[in-house]
Amino acid sequence: MLKNIVSTLLIAALLLGTVRAELDIEITQGAGKRTPVAVVPFGWDSTTSDMPLDVAEVISNDLTRSGRFAPIAVDDMLQKPVDGADVDFDDWSILGVEAVVVGRVTQTGDNSYSVQFQLFDVFGRDQLVGYRMPASRGTMRRVAHRAADMIYEKLTGIKGVFDTKVAYVTAQPRGDGKLYSLIVSDQDGENEFTIMESTDPIMSPAWSPDSRRLAYVSFENNKSSIFVQTLRTGNRIQVSSKPGINGAPAFSPDGRQLVITLGGIDGNLDIYVLDINSREAKRVTTHRAIDTEGSWSPDGRHIYFTSDRSGGPQIYRVSVTGSSPERVTFEGSYNARPRLSPDGSRLAMVHNDRGNFRIAVLDMRRNDLLVLSTGGQDESPSFAPNSDTLIYATRQGRDGVLETVSADGLIRQRLASGQGDVREPVWSPFQRF
Amino acid sequence: MPQYKFIVASLLTLFLAGCGSQSIPDPDPADTAYGSEGADTDSYGDGGLGAGEAIDYDPTAGELTNIIYFDFDSSELRPEDTDVVARHAMQLAGNSGLSVRLEGHADERGSREYNIGLGERRSQTVRRMLLIQGASAAQISTVSFGEERPAALGSDESAYAQNRRVEIKYTN
Repeated sequence: MLKNIVSTLLIAALLLGTVRAELDIEITQGAGKRTPVAVVPFGWDSTTSDMPLDVAEVISNDLTRSGRFAPIAVDDMLQKPVDGADVDFDDWSILGVEAVVVGRVTQTGDNSYSVQFQLFDVFGRDQLVGYRMPASRGTMRRVAHRAADMIYEKLTGIKGVFDTKVAYVTAQPRGDGKLYSLIVSDQDGENEFTIMESTDPIMSPAWSPDSRRLAYVSFENNKSSIFVQTLRTGNRIQVSSKPGINGAPAFSPDGRQLVITLGGIDGNLDIYVLDINSREAKRVTTHRAIDTEGSWSPDGRHIYFTSDRSGGPQIYRVSVTGSSPERVTFEGSYNARPRLSPDGSRLAMVHNDRGNFRIAVLDMRRNDLLVLSTGGQDESPSFAPNSDTLIYATRQGRDGVLETVSADGLIRQRLASGQGDVREPVWSPFQRF
Repeated sequence: MPQYKFIVASLLTLFLAGCGSQSIPDPDPADTAYGSEGADTDSYGDGGLGAGEAIDYDPTAGELTNIIYFDFDSSELRPEDTDVVARHAMQLAGNSGLSVRLEGHADERGSREYNIGLGERRSQTVRRMLLIQGASAAQISTVSFGEERPAALGSDESAYAQNRRVEIKYTN
């Protein structure tokens, strides 16, 4: 089991040598005030074996990483109840704690457990949410993240994304060239799993809406092709390998189609919609400029894309039937790689901010642009399924690293990697059990 | 001026050594007119002038590079590279068994898939020039690696300049 390290910048620096998880997370910028909470160590009824997972620690780490909460140290707790009935609100009130989580893990079979938790409002002296979930050793970490999601949503009103995944590409030196890997991990960097490896570049991973498949571009045999790979089985199908460029796949909301970029023999990049089953590609844009990086609106009726038909790259919107493309971005000389938030309220992009390539978000209703990142080579923004947080790639020295930022720009975290150059993060949709 | 003559001879040797398959034929080994061995006999009033001959500029001489560089945000050939592309076109036109893959590249700035487009635009510039000058479409394929395969690491203009390129790779 890889050890999860969650800490401030200083502690992360001290521990860096001992870390084994590929992505380690440090909060580089937090909200002004973090709410003090307590996650009491969970009860465990067996004296002959250890609890399969420290569920309270996973929940506590999730809440810390959100940047909105400050769980108190276990040593500072005046009581350690495992049942709601035993919570003494005065003991927590003295410590200034605003919310308390208690719970227990019970073994119900050879590899079956029950995980229960309760969340209490200390000032209101009332339970906010309580839940019991079945688990196995294999699913217990997800159950803990699911509990953290429920706690987070009760306390903030925002859906939690702790039980989600991130896909990304790494490049490491290998002989004369590089080894490219397509990796999926939990959003906290745990359980990283290599989906695909190649000595030729891998690009542009994209999640299916059911989180079961990834589309990506591979340059095997010195040409670009688009593959769709099922995560559970590892089976992959080549869905587009036409002459010239095959790139920039993104799943339609119903999961049956991909928007892709095709260049053809004469290299004129245009947007197409590909039916995954029939492999039939329908042309959406027809322009001699570069049209690429298509992305669906949540209702599946429009495609946002990058085009340099006006000279430099800007973002346009077109209906899936191809009619009436219209320009969406006007601020600045370079706006590319559009990604709409799942709730449709914001459009993330790569924006040239006085010579620096940064992640910016366009508020679709108020039509104003907010620059969220602070690097010089930031790229590949991707929204979390709650539309509240984005992940993107930035540079640390020569290598790419990943950062997340809240859509209001207030909370930022860096996910430092132990393995070379990390790029092109994409946040999964909500997971189903 | 023995030293001067030696330098001329060395440069000539380097020049000849750098020639590719279409280089000027090797000079007759018996012709020692420019040989450095002649230095000892170089004295005033030595011999008369020969008849001499005119020299044509031969664009096919010299090393034929396989890498074409591009300016920032540009897919236009630089004037000095038109001859290079012309020579590749001549090779292809003269030998239908040859084929090339044009690999377009961009510098690392900006979005990755858009950079794929910029690299492809550069490949297509070279492809069109090859076609105009007699290569056939069947001999040419293009691929763009965008910013994925940089020739130079680093985030400064000198690295960017080396990365904005098309590599002409003979596959047959």
